[in-house]
Amino acid sequence: MVFTTASSNLPADAAETYGIAVDNISVTYSNARLALYNASCYVEPGTITGLVGPNGGGKSTLFKSIMGFLSPNQGRVSIDGVPIEKAQKQQLMAYVPQADEVDWHFPISVFDVVMMGRYGYMNMFRIPSRKDRRIVMESLERVGMSEFRHRQIGELSGGQKKRAFLARALAQEGKVILLDEPFTGVDVKTEKSIITLLMQLRDEGHTILVSTHDLSSISTFCDRVILLNQTILAAGTTAETFTEENLAMTFGGLPLSSLTSKSNSSPDLQIANQPGHAFIQPEKSQLQQSQLQKSQPEKTDVKGIDA
Amino acid sequence: MSTDVLLAVSPEAAWNWIVEPFQLGFMIRALWVSAFVGTVCAVLSCYITLKGWSLMGDAVSHAVVPGVVVAYALGLPFALGAFVFGFGATVMIGYVKAQTRLKEDAVIGVIFTGFFAFGLVLATKIPSNIDLFHILFGNVLGISQQDIIQTVIAGASTLAIILFRRKDLLLFCFDPNHAKAIGLNTQLMYYTLLSVLALTIVTALQTAGIVLVVAMLVTPGATAYLLSDRFDRMLMISVSVSVLSCLLGTYTSYHLDASTGGCIVVLMTLFFTAAMLFGPKYGIVSQKLR
Repeated sequence: MVFTTASSNLPADAAETYGIAVDNISVTYSNARLALYNASCYVEPGTITGLVGPNGGGKSTLFKSIMGFLSPNQGRVSIDGVPIEKAQKQQLMAYVPQADEVDWHFPISVFDVVMMGRYGYMNMFRIPSRKDRRIVMESLERVGMSEFRHRQIGELSGGQKKRAFLARALAQEGKVILLDEPFTGVDVKTEKSIITLLMQLRDEGHTILVSTHDLSSISTFCDRVILLNQTILAAGTTAETFTEENLAMTFGGLPLSSLTSKSNSSPDLQIANQPGHAFIQPEKSQLQQSQLQKSQPEKTDVKGIDA
Repeated sequence: MSTDVLLAVSPEAAWNWIVEPFQLGFMIRALWVSAFVGTVCAVLSCYITLKGWSLMGDAVSHAVVPGVVVAYALGLPFALGAFVFGFGATVMIGYVKAQTRLKEDAVIGVIFTGFFAFGLVLATKIPSNIDLFHILFGNVLGISQQDIIQTVIAGASTLAIILFRRKDLLLFCFDPNHAKAIGLNTQLMYYTLLSVLALTIVTALQTAGIVLVVAMLVTPGATAYLLSDRFDRMLMISVSVSVLSCLLGTYTSYHLDASTGGCIVVLMTLFFTAAMLFGPKYGIVSQKLR
């Protein structure tokens, strides 16, 4: 178990990279709320991919499905053909949680949190080796948290909290890193330093998936984006996909569940069943059209003034 | 002259009064058994308070009653019956919660009272020599050799399991998602913690009784949590508070001729109150004065 592929010293071209394949996932919660519907996408290896969508649009649900925290009602997730449970045992997958998922009053120090990233490499008693300690210290150093390592985790600022959990992901040496809303409650300086670190990690061959509802910084660091509102609406390179039109569709459109729940057996649902293209329904695209038209006139107005 | 006599006699009398309990076999036994039980409960209580499972502890303690009655009726060790029913109740709680739209507290409330009521019916209908009062409130002063053996086996198993899996259990309490992400079997850890909980309650049954067991399972951990920001220190404080309360409580109950479990828990609650008010960092008074 100790010998794994993970090693931070490998040059970028020698490092193995891993993509995430999400295959036709649907998730319905026990209160009958449809959270994700026929979502399919592929996160390209060695990229930073932004997962963009409105709050309640299923970003966290997709994350939890990818990490295996919940099992979807339908569909599969794999890491380049490796089932998720196996990928986790191989320490391929690291996860940086949202701030409100953590109990900040827990009696534990920053150092001990980062050490938890190493548990998968230790024997069953979880006694850290010299190597484990070294890697923890290096990870803390890399995110600039060494001097705070003895602090209880609640005694940190918002940005420091994020960096502590980022250090745990680094210590785990996972090749695939998922960050859930990493920029909420973080100042601009920390956001920049996290982005710089993510770009370095990508260049070392890591695959990084970042969920965010903050659109302003996406184009500065994401190679690719996936637009999500209860299903995958669009996916591709940032230049091609991160367009105003697509964003209007993602954030302006009605949630899919409100459209499908009433007409469960109607023929247009079958079109929606095609993985990843749930939105090409005649009725719905008309809806989208009307949503878009609302924003369209404003733009022409501005142009008119300019002229 | 009378004052002379009093002065001459009273130190000796006072000394006799103090050491009297230590000359009685059943008191010595009660003291070390309660200290042992206090240690086991204190260790687990750190995990239970951090995980937020206090109500679950209450549930398991009440759910063991039918198990104790059935075990006595069949001539089996009480610890076996108690463990089976206690653990069974937690499994049932998990199942009902997963299958219905009820919230966890409602499920726990329904199931443990159901088990408890069933136990009461059994205890009053099955002819046996068990004293319901002793099940409810404990009877460490009258503990039999056989019961001590069962208590020690249950307690030692609990300590061994926790010692063996302590880091993983702590990770499970802190961040079960991360535990899953590094490939650990979180389902197994969930059931490990539940069975350890049931074992601890079996351990404490004779000392505190099922009504007060939950105090021994929650109060030391809660007290320590108010006094510490590190788990190791929390563990030490919890064990110290618990053992001290158990020893002093058992001793006091002899002189007061009062319920032993009651004395122990009252002392624990006093320690908790002191920590809550005067804890250096999180104490209510200390924070006001700062």
